[in-house]
Parts: sequence; C-alpha cells; structure tokens
Amino acid sequence: MKLNVNGKDIEIDVEPDMPLLWALRDLVGLKGPKFGCGIAACGACTVHIDGEPTRSCSIAIEDVTGAVTTIEGISNGKDLHTVQKAWIEKQVPQCGYCQSGQIMGAVALLENNPNPTDEDIDETMSGNLCRCGSYPQIREAIKHAATLKVEA
Amino acid sequence: MGKILRRTFLIGTAAIAGGVAFGAYQLNKTYPNPLEDDLVEGETTFNPYVKITSDNTVTILVPRAEMGQGVTTTLAALVAEELDVDMADIKIEIAPASYAYYNSAMLADGAPLAHYNRSTMASVMRSSMSGLGKILGFQVTGGSSSVADAYDKLRLAGCTARETLKLTASAESGVAIAELKTESGKVILPDGKTLTYGELAEAAAKLDPPSDIKMRSASEWKILGKSTPRTDTLAKSTGAPIFGIDVELPDMLYASVKMNPRLGGKMRSFDATEAKKIKGVVDVIDITGPEEEKFGGGVAVIATNTWSAFKGVNAVKVEWDKGPYPATTDGIMDVIETALKAGNGDNLRDDGDVALAFADAPRDKVIEAQYRVPYLAHSTMEPMNATAQLKDGRLDIWTGTQAPTVVRSDCAYEAGVEEENTFIHSTYLGGGFGRRGEVDFARFAARVAKSTNGKPVKVIWTREEDMTHDTYRPASISNWKARIGDDGLPVAIDGQIATPSIVASVMARTFPSLSPIGPDNTITHGAFDQPYTVENYRVSGIKAPVDIPIGFWRSVGNSYTGFFQESFLDEVANKSNLDPIEMRLKLMKDHPTAVGVVKKVAEMANWSTPTTKGRAKGFAFTLSFGCWVAQIIEVVQTDDGIKIENVWCAADIGEALDPAIVKTQLQSGIIYGLSSALGQEITFTDGMVEQTNFDSFDAMRINQCPTMEIEILENADHRGGAGEPGTPPSIPALANAVHALTGKRIRSMPLSNEVEFYS
Ligand code: FES
Ligand code: FES
Repeated sequence: MKLNVNGKDIEIDVEPDMPLLWALRDLVGLKGPKFGCGIAACGACTVHIDGEPTRSCSIAIEDVTGAVTTIEGISNGKDLHTVQKAWIEKQVPQCGYCQSGQIMGAVALLENNPNPTDEDIDETMSGNLCRCGSYPQIREAIKHAATLKVEA
Repeated sequence: MGKILRRTFLIGTAAIAGGVAFGAYQLNKTYPNPLEDDLVEGETTFNPYVKITSDNTVTILVPRAEMGQGVTTTLAALVAEELDVDMADIKIEIAPASYAYYNSAMLADGAPLAHYNRSTMASVMRSSMSGLGKILGFQVTGGSSSVADAYDKLRLAGCTARETLKLTASAESGVAIAELKTESGKVILPDGKTLTYGELAEAAAKLDPPSDIKMRSASEWKILGKSTPRTDTLAKSTGAPIFGIDVELPDMLYASVKMNPRLGGKMRSFDATEAKKIKGVVDVIDITGPEEEKFGGGVAVIATNTWSAFKGVNAVKVEWDKGPYPATTDGIMDVIETALKAGNGDNLRDDGDVALAFADAPRDKVIEAQYRVPYLAHSTMEPMNATAQLKDGRLDIWTGTQAPTVVRSDCAYEAGVEEENTFIHSTYLGGGFGRRGEVDFARFAARVAKSTNGKPVKVIWTREEDMTHDTYRPASISNWKARIGDDGLPVAIDGQIATPSIVASVMARTFPSLSPIGPDNTITHGAFDQPYTVENYRVSGIKAPVDIPIGFWRSVGNSYTGFFQESFLDEVANKSNLDPIEMRLKLMKDHPTAVGVVKKVAEMANWSTPTTKGRAKGFAFTLSFGCWVAQIIEVVQTDDGIKIENVWCAADIGEALDPAIVKTQLQSGIIYGLSSALGQEITFTDGMVEQTNFDSFDAMRINQCPTMEIEILENADHRGGAGEPGTPPSIPALANAVHALTGKRIRSMPLSNEVEFYS
C-alpha cells in the first residue's frame, strides 16, 4: 500500500482493511494519533486527509487516497504550530491523551474559520471527547491561536 | 510486602488490627535508595528523589503517577524549591517501583474519621495508618493524597541535597557554610565565584548530610505558592509517545484479551479456528487464572499488529459460564434494597438519640426520601494496556499505573520470577480516576508474555473490553429521614446507605487470601463526616453482597453520598421554606472554613439576586479529601433541553502550592461529576454490561461545558487534596438546580432518565 504521510511517500505491507490509525501507529511508527474508541466517537485518533479532519480509526487504509497529516507533521520541524503554542500558553493538557486529536481538530477549524466564536468552537469540537474536562482551556487556546495567527 | 500482608492485617481502610504489632524497628527503618543500582557514568544520587550528573543536569524523580493532575510539576517543585534549581532547567523522571516511595498520607486519610476531627484518639489512629503505609511500602497514587504525603518528604530531600552540596563546597573552598548561598543549581561563594552542583555532586554524595539543616518557611518560597507552567505540556501538545499504549520495543508482538463478559465467570470452552485464519494472528491462548482468582476466564490473541489482535478477539468463539451475581440490573438492585431494609450497618456517626427523636415526632414534621445511583465506569481516555517481556528469568513491565509496587509483586508472581528481577517502567497515564490502581491489565500482560518466547508483547484492550470489564463505581440505595424543629432546622437526621463494599472487592482481587475486617468507611465517606451539627444525627453504612468487581472511582463513596445528603438537605430546606444556603450556614456554624467557602460561592454567584424565568440555581457542599468545596450551578431551559450554563466553585484546601493546577483539578473533578449526572449508567442484562463504548456511555462534551469560575481559599488548618473533591458536590448541585428549574425532585441518577439535557 502506498501512503503519503507528513509529506513523505511511503509504502507499507498491510491488510487493506486495517484502519489508518493502526497502520500509522504500529507500522509507520507515528504515535501521535491515539486510540480511544475505534468507532469515531471520541476524536482521539484525528488526523487530516488533504486538510480535512478525519477519524483515522474508522477509515480503512484502502480508502485513504489523499495526503495524511498527523500531529507530528503540523510543525515545520523547528517551530511549533501556532495552535500548539497556544496550547502551551494556555496550559491546556491534563492527562494529555486526547490532546493530539483536539489540536488536529483545532488546526482544521482555524483553517476554515480564522476567527471562531464560542459557538463555532463548541460545534466543531464536540466530537472530541476529553475525560479530564479541559474544555474551558481548549476554548481559550483556540481563541488565543486565532489572535496569534493574525499577528503572525 | 507479601509476608507482612499474610501475617498481620488491617484494613477496611478502617480497622487497624495488627497496627500495634509493628515495632518501632519497622517504623523507623529506611528503605534503600532504588536509584543507586542504576546510576550511569558521572551520575550521583543523594536520595530517592534527586540525581545529579557531572555536566550539572539535575533530575528530579517523581514518585507518583502523572495522570493529568500535575504531580510531575508540583512534586518536582517541592524538591526544586529547597534544592535551588530552576524548574525550566531540571529533568523530570517518573520514579521506578520501590517501597522507598511509600505513601503514608493516603492510608492516614483512610482512617474512619472526619477530616476536622483532630482529637488525640484521631491522631493516634492517623499515625498508625500512616505507619502502615510505610511498612507496606505502599507506593500508590490515590485519595487525592500526593501533595499531603510529599510535602515534607520532598522538601526535605531537596534541602538535604542542597546542604550536602554546600558542605562539599565549604570543604573545597575553605569558606564557612553560613557564608555560602545557592541559586539556579550553583553554590555561590562570597566573592561571587560559583561552583555548579555538577562539579560538587560526586564528592558530596560520599558525605553524610549535615544534621542541623533547616527547611525554608513559606515566606521564603520562590516557586511554591505560585502557579508554575506544567512540565509535561510540550510533550502533550506534540503527540509525544509518553503513554503506555505508545511503548515500542524491538521484535514486539501485540495482543488483545477477551475475558468473560459475565464478570468473574469461567470459560467453558473456546474455538480459535476462525481467529487463527486472520492474517497477522500468531496464537490464541487461554489466560484463565487459578480458581480463587476474580478475573474470570478468557483468552488472549497474540498477533503482529494491534488490528489483527482486535479482529482475532472478535473472531474467537467462546462459551462463557454465568457470573456470580444476579443477571439483571433489577436483580442486582433488589439485593442492595434487601440489605438496606435489613439494616444493621456501621454507624460512623451516631450523635444524640436518633431513635428517640423520631419516636415522638409529629408526622408533618418528618420528611423522608430514598435515593439511588447506578454503577459507573471509569472510562479513562486511554484504554487499559500494558507491555511485558519475560526473558532469561527477568520480567519487564511497561505501563501507566497508580500502584507500581503492587504491579511488581503481582506480575512477579504471575511470571514466577523474583521481585528483584521484575522491573516496572512507569509511563504517563491517559487518565486514571482510580482505574489504574488495579493490576488486571498488567497481570494479563505478564501472563501473555509467558507464551511469546522472550519477545515483548503489548497487550491492548479494545474500548469494548475496557468498558465491559471495569472495576465499577458501585450502585447504591439510600434512605434519609429528618425531623424538623420549630425553627425549620433539622433536629434529627437518619441516613442509611447500602452498597457493595469497595474495600472488600479490591481486597478479594488483590489479596485473595485475606478478608477485610471492620466497617468499610468508603461507604459513608462524604456523609458521616460532614461539618453539620445536628442534635440527633446518625449515618449508617450497610454492605450489600453483590459480587460485581467494583473499585475506587474518582472521589469513591463521596461520589454518591454527596448526592444523597445534599439533595436531602435541599429537600429539608424546601419543606421548611428556608433558603438552602442560609440553612447550611446555620448547621455548619461550628466550622468557619465551611462557612467561608459557602459565603464565598454565594457571593460569586450572586445567590441572593433572584434568577429570571427559565433559569435556576442549585447549591451543594461536600468536604472530601480534606478539601472544603461549595458549588452553585445555574441551569437554563432551552428549546433543546436543559443547559448547564454556569458553575461557581469556592474551595479551601489550606495552603495551595500551585493555585492554577488546583483550579484545573477542581474543574476536572466537576466535569467528571457532571458527566455522570448527565447520562452515565452501567446496566446489566444476561449478566453482561450493556454499555460498550462512548456511544452508549458518553461524557460531557465541549458544547455542554458550562462557564466555570473557581476560587481557591487558603484558610483551612490542614492540607487537603485537589484531584477528587470537585466531583461530589457537582452532582447534587445540578440535581438541586434542576429541581429549582422544573419543580421535579429527581432522586435517581442519572438525571437524564427524567429530564432532557442539551447535547
Ligand atoms: S479512536 Fe477514533 S474516534 Fe475514537
Ligand atoms: S486531557 Fe485527559 S482526556 Fe483530555
């Protein structure tokens, strides 16, 4: 199977029905996308496919046609992504397990809507569960990232 | 530990039998420093919490599990404050499994005493319990006890290391110790010259620490008492592989388990033909333990990747036996109700003469109510998992655990190797909430590792396996009765709480040869120990015999007792036409800390200003884990259901070492509690848990999350915890708000069974 992940073309030997999540984690060695539910109910596994936020646990590798970006691929190698910076400034993570998925959701949200309201955030991010309840900080960080983006 | 456990025994978290049998020798002995065995070239250690290398890298070892509550920041700060190193410069490591990292505060807090009970007898009980924590080498993260336990120990560790380094600098420079200063990992001589800790460490580690050392007073603190950026934020914002599930080792295999969904039941037979046909599946093995064990029968599928293992467990056909409890929720609740009716509980509170007070009570002055709560799952975000390797008589376990020394002894036993040859590599935890104080996931990994010929194997549970094989928060039924006096205040309260015993369940799994004795005070924690003065006041805890695995769930008994008592007091206030807050203030007038948080929260929420139509507020208070918490919740009726719009919380934990972390912990606890009230319940049919994933056992989502305002007060005399105390009052505060909004008194959780919430 051929795959483009974080800008690199790769080839992996895998059963075509394997969800993208497990191919990324077990075969490509990218541990950023997390396993939470396996049924697209929690968002922990969120990656981008051609920029669209996608639950990687629920798409088979054979159905992946676009370029895949994981949290490991959103910074340019030197600098963190604006959203990550905002996450750190607003001290969002608690246990941290849901946060790769939250950040990938937030990055996509800000691409489509550079200046989201609380309602926009609530609506777009409600598929991303956080058992630690870091939601107030997630809202703050997304709005902070929006201002950082304008400044940048 | 095993020997001590077999000889003595304690517990119930209560009875301290054997406590007296521990001689001074055992109490005073010190455990060896576990870091000494693993030092690398150029590295020295001063105590179990500090390592320094010659290039001046200072590593602080954190002895507790990091599950989001910030211990890798706050506990490190305790050491750093005294050692004089900057938080930005230190390296943090999770400590290995070792008895040296025993937690004595958790057991001390487990004594059957109200937090505010500071009598001599109470202090004797607390110190025996805490001595027991030391003797058992109880390295456990729980009971919101991490800071209380670490406060002196870790500051002393930093202080001792600092003074030893100064002693060395004095010997090398000829300058008297009193004239030396320390700052940012350096000793500073009067002429401004500096010697780094790295330069001094090797010589210093050979010296005995000076005896007349003094820890700093709070007024001298530079780090503690203020909010410090968390040390784990970068890793957690970049998807770093820090969790148990992220472990990757050369030649690693993957596995998943499928245990009897009738919890604790046996496996009659299994057929692995189909499973073995799946590409990537290597083997299917029976991992049923010995007869006396409580985990039940089951299989593991070993594969070359996680997905094949998951497909494999779904393809194995198994014939399961029945479980040791009634097959339906109704049947289970009947057992609890029967126990409640039979009475005969342990009265951890029994003031005045309750029977007499009700005997001659006029009917219209008596109010009665019955409340119910369901079983609940922990549903940590990261499903249960552990990685194990058994090779050449050595066992290695990688996992996120709240109880590393228990994992070590149990897994050593599983694999038939010595504890000395068993090594626990603790990872960060994707949520704990009590679930990762259990050892099933690690034991299963050790069991599977016996069949992989020395190869490491990562055993990951599916979410379905995790949700249906939890150690649940137990269901409970509770009767409350009050006699109301002429001024509307209760003159008598009688509360009876029936539920299966968590301590008995945990003991049966962890130490099957022992039976707990004495009352299980987790049953009434949060009810018997509240700062209310009522002339005749009894709270009774009744153990109900239901053999479903149950365990410590964030705030344990407080998670339901708070709901029972605080809903009931709201009912009493309503009946008496008293303002619920005014009534509480009168009942708690002997406890200024309680009065302080209640007044504070009333002010934050503008309680005295009437709400407009379509909105309402509810109030509740719970003292748990030494933290005094008052909350007000405001709900609004929308076209799409009831929405929780605001939460105000005032909490007093005494001195707050990191106010920002304390606040987020309370916030987290509140959301955890509200999540349960909004719709969580674990139900049984045909002996099996019906909820299997987040689609049927969900939690609060961001669009349901209220605006939260949390204030930390620091007036309490004794240090409290922060991880759990947000949870208990959130549930009744919401129930009371829903009552104020709709007129519906909902006495059974979750509230969503009777009203619709915005989702
Ligand atoms: S793991 Fe993919 S949505 Fe939960
Ligand atoms: S930070 Fe723990 S689940 Fe979100």
